[in-house]
Amino acid sequence: MKRRNFLKACVIGGATITLGKTNKGWASGSFEGYPEAMGVLVDTTRCIGCRSCEAACNKEQNLPEPETSFTDKSVFEENRRPTSTAYTVVNEYEKKASEGPVYRKIQCNHCNEPACLTSCFVNAYTKTKEGAVIYNPKICVGCRNCMIACPFNVPGYSYESATNPVVKKCILCYDTRLKNGRPPACVEICPQEALTFGHRADLVKLAHERIRENPERYYDHVYGEKEVGGTSWMYLSRVPFDKIGFDTTLSNDPIISNVKDFLGMVPMVLSIWPALFSGIHLLSKKEGHDDHGHHNEPGQEG
Amino acid sequence: MKRYVKRGFSPVTSPFNENGDKRTVMNKLLLGLTPGEYLVQALRNPFNWVLAVIFAIGIPVLIGRFYYGLAWATSGSYDYPWGLFLGFGLFAMVPLSSSGFQLGTACEIFGRHDLEPIERLALLNGLLGYFFAVMYLLADLGQPWRLPYPMVVSFGPAAVLFLVAWHVATYLSVQVLEVSSAFFEWIGLPAGKAAVRRITLGLTVAGIILSTLHQGALGALFTYAPGKVHPLWYSSSFQWLHFFVSSLPGGLCMVITVSTIASKMMTWRGDVRFHKSLERCQISLAKGACMGIATYITIKLIGIAHDNKWSYLDTGWGQWFMLEIIVGFMLPLVLMTYGAHTKKIGIVRFGALLTVIGVVLNRVNTAMITFNWKLTEREIPPLREFIISIMLFATYIVVYRFILYRLPILYQWKAEEAVEPVTETEAALEPLPVRSRDGLPVGSYKSTTRLD
Repeated sequence: MKRRNFLKACVIGGATITLGKTNKGWASGSFEGYPEAMGVLVDTTRCIGCRSCEAACNKEQNLPEPETSFTDKSVFEENRRPTSTAYTVVNEYEKKASEGPVYRKIQCNHCNEPACLTSCFVNAYTKTKEGAVIYNPKICVGCRNCMIACPFNVPGYSYESATNPVVKKCILCYDTRLKNGRPPACVEICPQEALTFGHRADLVKLAHERIRENPERYYDHVYGEKEVGGTSWMYLSRVPFDKIGFDTTLSNDPIISNVKDFLGMVPMVLSIWPALFSGIHLLSKKEGHDDHGHHNEPGQEG
Repeated sequence: MKRYVKRGFSPVTSPFNENGDKRTVMNKLLLGLTPGEYLVQALRNPFNWVLAVIFAIGIPVLIGRFYYGLAWATSGSYDYPWGLFLGFGLFAMVPLSSSGFQLGTACEIFGRHDLEPIERLALLNGLLGYFFAVMYLLADLGQPWRLPYPMVVSFGPAAVLFLVAWHVATYLSVQVLEVSSAFFEWIGLPAGKAAVRRITLGLTVAGIILSTLHQGALGALFTYAPGKVHPLWYSSSFQWLHFFVSSLPGGLCMVITVSTIASKMMTWRGDVRFHKSLERCQISLAKGACMGIATYITIKLIGIAHDNKWSYLDTGWGQWFMLEIIVGFMLPLVLMTYGAHTKKIGIVRFGALLTVIGVVLNRVNTAMITFNWKLTEREIPPLREFIISIMLFATYIVVYRFILYRLPILYQWKAEEAVEPVTETEAALEPLPVRSRDGLPVGSYKSTTRLD
């Protein structure tokens, strides 16, 4: 990843005076994902809220059995979020709409430039060339900065474990399926074909085609195409996205571009401060007064 | 202790006792009292009983946190992954500890030797604040035994936290060295003190760099969550500056507050120099803090204007914000300016206390109270989280007091004539010949630039 290397050089190098701020222009948002990255298009107009994706995920990832069965519709009474024991959840919105409610599946969106990845100080996250954002539990220290950083509030943490708590989130079935070219378990089980697995680039085209062919069926926006630099999971909806729980205030720049002002300033401070303050020290010393410096100038104040 | 002093007892201030014999380490640890006398004065102090209650409750809960896991001790929240341990312990303790580098700079770089009576207290305040911020961090981390990982196992150099980890670790060692000269005096190792003296300037400059960066970095951590922190506490362009600038008055006012407490609660420990110069030093610090607060309020308003967030002031969050900035910053600015001008020390001290509260409130607001302001549900940390936080803070006070009682922080060690070959004044100027020999001022700070 070119930009990460740039930052590496920027932070460690310390002497990159000519790089710093000027490079912000080309560095931010330049990474638009791997060309072969896969993704999933969620057509919420097709979803019937059967929760079979939740069940398939639970089985595939060997997660603990939930309190109520996956056919229980009472869970729709509250707004749920992914947790350490449920990597994907389906919520119900627009409950009173005449066209019927809208269901939205939530899981890790697998950003092109993940905030979790860039905020991690031990590099526990990896964006694979297949598009999945995976996590290495062996090096995670447990600072939970990734949970702070995630704009979609996705990562869960197994707080219950005293000896080995780790981050738990959807990994796009990377280990068991995606690596071998198979779609994730939730996509395979969906009876409504609400979930479409494919190359991300193709899915973007497909999404826009559906909107063009059926303009009255869709709100004219593909959520995830551009949000926070683009995500591998993208959504189509009948209603504006803020009505079904999406954060529509997110910028199109990846989260890391917010942080770059500061990161660019770091090598500047490292290189300028030593000379600046030593210089001030030299200037504040009077010639020939070296051995009477202490206790002699109580009058200076302010 | 007061009673012993009244009866004519004088606590340890030199390596020799009244008869001219060398004191043992044990004797110094007991402040020159016999074990029995020491125990009696400890039991007589009502504050120790309060501490005992806190530890009696807190230690089992802390053990429980490591035995049963974070879910047992904290809210274990997915939406608020950072609770009291970090929101208060890390984010509030660090700005209050910026005193070390500021007083170091004033005394060693700007040559403000009139502030020296309070310099060591400021350095110690910095060291302990950081040390306990790390203790809070260890209590919060899921797997604290992996804390060295970002240094040795796997690097995430694009992460702000990576900077924080490295800088806090380096800065802690710098501060240990800075405070160690007091320890060397006390233990009787003048060679160690002389060695530290020689690199003081390098250490001080390193302190400025590391402090600028990680005080700022703690703010920059929140730029990862642009939508989650309330806009009034967030500024994508200036967040690190807001944190850095507010840490300056925070640290200075913490020293004013701590020195006030120390001068009242352990009057016997301060020497004449400390007590005589205390008010003058505090007023100097207050003047510095006023400059800092004025700058902070200005850049805070610029931050709001920059992103045109004025309309948020008209909401409930806005009123909470105004309370923070008026009571925590504007009022102390007025009080300390007035107090410093009219030399009314009580008003200065009250203003300093308000500033400390203001800075803590600002950090807790950013990290916890206004975090996730768009979510409908707010979470209040559970009781056990409060208990552990209070217990760690009590430990901080105990360690602080333990060191102040013993090391020559508030008093001067009287050993020059007998043991030490160099006097205070000469030693302080050691760095100068080294530097002038080099010719180029930057040349002698290789140790500084190597730090990162």
